[in-house]
Amino acid sequence: MVNVPLQEQCADGLIHPYWRPPLVNRPASPLTHLQQLEAESIHIFREVVAECRNPVLLYSIGKDSSVLLHLARKAFYPSKLPFPVMHIDTTWKFREMIEFRSKTAADHELNLIVYTNPAGLALGINPFIHGSALHTQVMKTEALKQALTKYQFDVAFGGARRDEEASRAKERILSFRTTTHRWDPKNQRPELWNLYNTRVQPGESLRAFPLSNWTELDIWHYILLEQIPIVSLYLAKERPVVERNGLLLMVDDHRFPLNPGETPQMRLVRFRTLGCYPLTGAIESTASTLPEVIQEMLVVRTSERQGRLIDRDEAGSMEKKKQEGYF
Amino acid sequence: MPIPSGILLHNIIENYLTTQAEKSLLRFLTCGSVDDGKSTLIGRLLWDSKVLFEDQLANLKADSQRIGTQRGDIDFALLVDGLQAEREQGITIDVAYRFFSTDKRKFIVADTPGHEQYTRNMATGASTADLAIMMIDARKGILTQTLRHSFLVSLLGIKHIILAINKMDLVNYAQSTFHAIKADYESFSTHLKFDQVVCIPVSALKGDNVFNRSPQTPWYNGPTVMDHLETVDIQRDLTRKPFRMPVQWVNRPNLDFRGFAGIITSGTVRRGDLLVAPTSGQTGRVSRIVTFDGDLELAMAGQAITLTLDHDIDISRGELLSAAQARPTTADQFEAKIIWMHEDPLLPSRKYVLKTGTRTVPAHISALKYKININTLEHLATKTLKLNEVGICNISLDQAVSFDPYEENRQTGSFILIDPYTHATLAAGLIDFALRRAENIHWQSVDIHKNARAALKGQHPFILWFTGLSGAGKSTVANLVEKKLHSLGRHTYLLDGDNVRHGLNRDLGFTDADRVENIRRVAETAKLMVDAGLIVLVSFISPFRSERAMARRLVEEGEFLEIFIDTPLEICEQRDAKGLYKKARAGQLKNFTGIDSPYERPEDAEITIHGATESAEQAALTIVNLLANKGLIPQA
Ligand SMILES: Nc1nc2c(ncn2[C@@H]2O[C@H](COP(=O)(O)OP(=O)(O)O)[C@@H](O)[C@H]2O)c(=O)[nH]1
Repeated sequence: MVNVPLQEQCADGLIHPYWRPPLVNRPASPLTHLQQLEAESIHIFREVVAECRNPVLLYSIGKDSSVLLHLARKAFYPSKLPFPVMHIDTTWKFREMIEFRSKTAADHELNLIVYTNPAGLALGINPFIHGSALHTQVMKTEALKQALTKYQFDVAFGGARRDEEASRAKERILSFRTTTHRWDPKNQRPELWNLYNTRVQPGESLRAFPLSNWTELDIWHYILLEQIPIVSLYLAKERPVVERNGLLLMVDDHRFPLNPGETPQMRLVRFRTLGCYPLTGAIESTASTLPEVIQEMLVVRTSERQGRLIDRDEAGSMEKKKQEGYF
Repeated sequence: MPIPSGILLHNIIENYLTTQAEKSLLRFLTCGSVDDGKSTLIGRLLWDSKVLFEDQLANLKADSQRIGTQRGDIDFALLVDGLQAEREQGITIDVAYRFFSTDKRKFIVADTPGHEQYTRNMATGASTADLAIMMIDARKGILTQTLRHSFLVSLLGIKHIILAINKMDLVNYAQSTFHAIKADYESFSTHLKFDQVVCIPVSALKGDNVFNRSPQTPWYNGPTVMDHLETVDIQRDLTRKPFRMPVQWVNRPNLDFRGFAGIITSGTVRRGDLLVAPTSGQTGRVSRIVTFDGDLELAMAGQAITLTLDHDIDISRGELLSAAQARPTTADQFEAKIIWMHEDPLLPSRKYVLKTGTRTVPAHISALKYKININTLEHLATKTLKLNEVGICNISLDQAVSFDPYEENRQTGSFILIDPYTHATLAAGLIDFALRRAENIHWQSVDIHKNARAALKGQHPFILWFTGLSGAGKSTVANLVEKKLHSLGRHTYLLDGDNVRHGLNRDLGFTDADRVENIRRVAETAKLMVDAGLIVLVSFISPFRSERAMARRLVEEGEFLEIFIDTPLEICEQRDAKGLYKKARAGQLKNFTGIDSPYERPEDAEITIHGATESAEQAALTIVNLLANKGLIPQA
């Protein structure tokens, strides 16, 4: 068994996990749903790596990425990850996320690529000033396309799940992108059995979603059982926040422009998804351990994208972003 | 709900999570005609299993008020009808997947909207499902669609059926209606290979016998839909079959470790088991079953593992590692059912790429026996298969692959066909059995080889493949080139499209399928001539890229030169030497290239001649000079 010592997991930015026997040690009984999901994801990783030229794992530092990375390590064990891990850094991520990223890369000896859109950086794109739509377009969507082109990746693994949103329910596990990284909804291939067709023309690329069939609850449950480290922003803590447009925004650094009369208040909050801090709403919560988070999830039941500004910003938003190349 | 603190909470949650951790997974499919209540049933299952979030519920309530069909009551169908808008935009949705779970199981539901593409969508959804819910409107009973869906579901190997006789509320929960439909279905489904058909009277709308036993049907004492979904046993079957694991990836972190990574598709494996690599027949014993979480003594169907063997045998990706006592079939020809999934129809004798397990090989349909009318199950003679058609055919592969009949193993008996040029997935296939004939026609080995024949003639044999529209000038240029080669003492032969159609290909017309066969025969003939040591000039319209690519593959690297006579259609039409364009425009000639049949321009031709600006003499010179520069003929 490869277990990180508990002390190490209590270090800053990491959570204290609940110990459980690993999934795989119960082979005599029928496989559990998490074992089956795990195996399916591993299978997807291996197929894509065996058939594609230059894969990359898109790492967003969130909980889904943590699970994705964990599954990838399982798929190729005892070899190291046969591909690099790439983070598209908008420069507006929570500070804690960046610390976590460094630690994860060091712990697992990852070949980590961090990419930021140089044009966006030069323009000083700022979500507070330019709004979420432009920020996302320049610092995420454009940046991702630039990075994929720059490194000539022909396939990128992402952590999207079909249960995240109604429009994702019909997504393929392998999704095709044109030479300009656009998603052409009319040009997707049927997926039967577990036979994936990974062939692309030069310049075209694939997105592979090994977590397609996982739900949010599966993810949390798996994190708990497998003791997967996650950023502690997912757990409740007193944090400085201000309330804007019905969202609780955390004042993560000095770049947060406070309006006249606005003062950050310390509130017991946590995050259900992580992104750029000016665009990610916190929820008030007392759940400071994983079981409490799961408990709260089962009771509160607001779907997770609610805390994300980009979804609300413009009509039809997820679908549109995807066509443009946002992950 | 107030959250209990400390130990108490942890106990509650821990108990909850412990039970959750033991849950199994069931994938099922819903089938039915429009308005039978599929969406309502799925919505009801999501609702009753409480997977809906509050914001989704709020939306649902608002939408039900606004656009629901239930006069302000909750319209469950709205939960899953989110794809309507996309359908209107012409976006193909083959299958939408939904998730919900109860304390016993997690469920993945494949919902297949869209009726035009029904066969393709259902096949896709059914390929990973273990159970199908067949929806019947109690007022209508068994319809043609029910038969069609049942046939497809049985074709794809689903063994467990729930016949949900829906809208019982609209027939006053009449026992007689239920029994009449049940009897109808049972008599029909005995022909299909189901293990179990469970008929349940339900009202998806009102929830009768979906989650809860209905007080309205006291005469029914079978399970509810959920009872059955939670208890049906599907995994046992898989672990009892012989061990199979397609090798996905050879894991070599260092010189001391060589592991074969894959997912076990059936059976179990223990340390010490004797396994075989069927294509080479070599065997080895399992020395370790490696996983990230430690080595295992035993692994079973569904697990992703890495195996090491006690001694080195030659195994690479694509090998189907199998139990040595129960080997799969290994053959390069088999009979299969195929479901055509693409707008471009099947063309027999065109080269495709076949992927089965983790193996990918070039393949072609050597015989299309018949297609099946999926409404009547009649067998019909055919020369092609169109989108959504199901056919029986013989498939011939460039190399042998290992498989089991689909009936015995869905994972090792299935394949997809891929277009080698566009890379589109064209068809899904289910293997019936191996054809042994291939083994009896051995390749005759001969003592005199191509090189020997060519040496006697003192030349390099190769093919000059002229392609272009009718009237582009192919034959004129080819003729001139042949003359020049002849005067240089080269041994040549010119295969001209029109001439060959008078003899060898007299039986072929101009449909896409016939054009493909036309080219195949010519390419094979040209190959024999190259083998005989000749320089072969082929002058054929040859409009399809994949056929030209096929011809190229028949001979060795460098022996095939494609010459594109690029003359614009308007000019060819003006010339109209044979008066064919006029006839085609008048509708007297069907399938005429450039008019009502496509010409796919070459992208990798060795030589392109601009027929509008270059004279035939210039063109011939260009070609001969190029051949000399390549060292294929002596300098003039
Ligand atoms: N009375 C009654 N109506 C039903 C029932 N199930 C579905 N319906 C109605 O039948 C119509 C079509 O249902 P829908 O679920 O959209 O059908 P689908 O096309 O198969 O998905 C809707 O108006 C439903 O409300 C039922 O059990 N009883």
